[in-house]
Amino acid sequence: MSTAEKTRPAERTRAADRERKREPRIADEHGRRVRGWELALRYLLLLGVLALTIGPFLWQLSTSLKGPTEDIFSSPPKFLPSDPTLHNYERVADTIPVWDYALNSLKVAAANVVTNCVGAALAGYALARLRYRGRRVATLVFILAMLVPVEGIIIAQFTTMRELGLNNTLVGVVLPGCVSALNVLLMRNAFLNLPYEIEEAAFVDGANVWQRFLRIALPAVKGTLAVVAIFAFMGAWDDFLWPLIVLSDPSRFTLTIGLNYLHGTFANDERLVAAGTIIAVAPLIVLFACLQRYFFRGVGEGAVKG
Amino acid sequence: MASPTLTTGTPDARKGGGARRVRRQLPASPWLFAAPGLLITGAFILYPFVSTLVNSFTDRRTLVPGEFVGLANFRELLHDDMFWIGLRNSSLYVLGVVPALVLLPLLLALLVQKNIPGITFFRSAFYTPVVASIVVVGLIWVWLLDERGLVNSLLETLGGSPVGFLSDQWLILLSAMGVTVWKGLGYYMIIYLAALANVPRELHEAAAVDGAGAVRRFLTVTVPAVRSTMVLVAALSSVAAFKVFSEVYLMAGPSGGPAGEDTTLVMLVQRTGTGLTGRVGYASAISVVVFAVTVVLMLLVLRADRKEDA
Repeated sequence: MSTAEKTRPAERTRAADRERKREPRIADEHGRRVRGWELALRYLLLLGVLALTIGPFLWQLSTSLKGPTEDIFSSPPKFLPSDPTLHNYERVADTIPVWDYALNSLKVAAANVVTNCVGAALAGYALARLRYRGRRVATLVFILAMLVPVEGIIIAQFTTMRELGLNNTLVGVVLPGCVSALNVLLMRNAFLNLPYEIEEAAFVDGANVWQRFLRIALPAVKGTLAVVAIFAFMGAWDDFLWPLIVLSDPSRFTLTIGLNYLHGTFANDERLVAAGTIIAVAPLIVLFACLQRYFFRGVGEGAVKG
Repeated sequence: MASPTLTTGTPDARKGGGARRVRRQLPASPWLFAAPGLLITGAFILYPFVSTLVNSFTDRRTLVPGEFVGLANFRELLHDDMFWIGLRNSSLYVLGVVPALVLLPLLLALLVQKNIPGITFFRSAFYTPVVASIVVVGLIWVWLLDERGLVNSLLETLGGSPVGFLSDQWLILLSAMGVTVWKGLGYYMIIYLAALANVPRELHEAAAVDGAGAVRRFLTVTVPAVRSTMVLVAALSSVAAFKVFSEVYLMAGPSGGPAGEDTTLVMLVQRTGTGLTGRVGYASAISVVVFAVTVVLMLLVLRADRKEDA
């Protein structure tokens, strides 16, 4: 390293450090000052991308708040509703049982969170921390399962559900993904990274395997568990293809299937569809805004490992 | 070490576990821990996988147990126009979506990499389309791209004429690709951000000292440094693109647009294999083709990676 310190880049950093101490300015992740015009350009681009990513959601929100007399097809388009109203949200509930659908989605998502957290933590602990004949086989089962593309087995999953008499039930919606292999492997990695000594002390004190898991190992991997919970909730709340295949009775629809149904049946009234989509997306945006710190860490980890 | 050793996989932990382990841990308990996960995975992932392979050689229908028909389903595929349309559209989807999803999120990651004020807000905001359900996203874009929707009324305001994004066979497919890219940007941006954090800044500085401009530094420093991540993104996005269902289903309709010309392979699986008269055997054969192409895509991407190494 001593030769590297003598090279120019290091000197430049020290110069940048001195400069920063003299006049505090906006600096990048390496502590170097960001020039004014470059900063302006960056913000300009950021705002442009912001308009592209958030704009469509805002336009949908705006449409959902426009009253029946307002022209939603005007040219040039009007972004702000002239007389904002919640009327469309009442009407969407009269047209389809949207709150029942939301409740169904909530049940499915909540069940998915509980089963994934419990099942993945238990299995992950068994794969990482316990030793027994067949552990490699068990690990291999989850790795293989992770590689199977869901879209390819969906018809066989459907016939399996029929054989079990669970098609057209919410239990049937939850079951196939209720302990996802990816989550098991995420939990396994988290447990593997725990220092081994903390459990050893408990072992000496006579703690059995269940006590060690529950009292010591599990609290230490809370972060990963939170990531699993977020993914499980989002995955279940957003899923479309599987509920579309397994549910046939409109009274049992989840929100995504209900929305597709609303769109198909009442495509002529965009205000209604817009209100429905806002009902479906708002809880997730709120959830995401609250948990985004865990989220970004988790997405990066999950993606690289997956 | 005098203390009893825990039962873990590390080789040195095996020593000394012995007698005490038996007392503290029932032999069955590891299996009890793994049981829920193994049961669910076995019953709903691995068993359906095997039965998809088996069913593809039968004429099974939803309510009728099938008989072995050998390669009949696969022979029928060769003469099924809908299958070729599906294969064409799914393949076009890969060609259209993957280059955009390899490059654009990288540029976006470079844009949000610097820690300037408010940047966490921008990062979260750019991620919102990933969080939103594909149905919500699909319906929003159906409304935006409608004959009288926002995009067309903006076009008209600028003096253009309305474009039938959702009525022309090719424009539907193109619009769906656009939606896939739009929804995927944030996801791959995060993957690239993680990779960019590991690029040594000395490389950039050395290049800058040598007089390389921003574009040149991007090509000679950034791209080679994140190349393995680009391959990962190419692999993930090409496999996902080939299996596209929801975007096209929502934008073209359940029957796949005009004359079904926008049907993708997974849409065909869904249409053929479900319902009371579903041809489970035939749909399974299409699924097997989906598996096969996915595996080939992965191998191609990985091979391309190796070649660049040499």
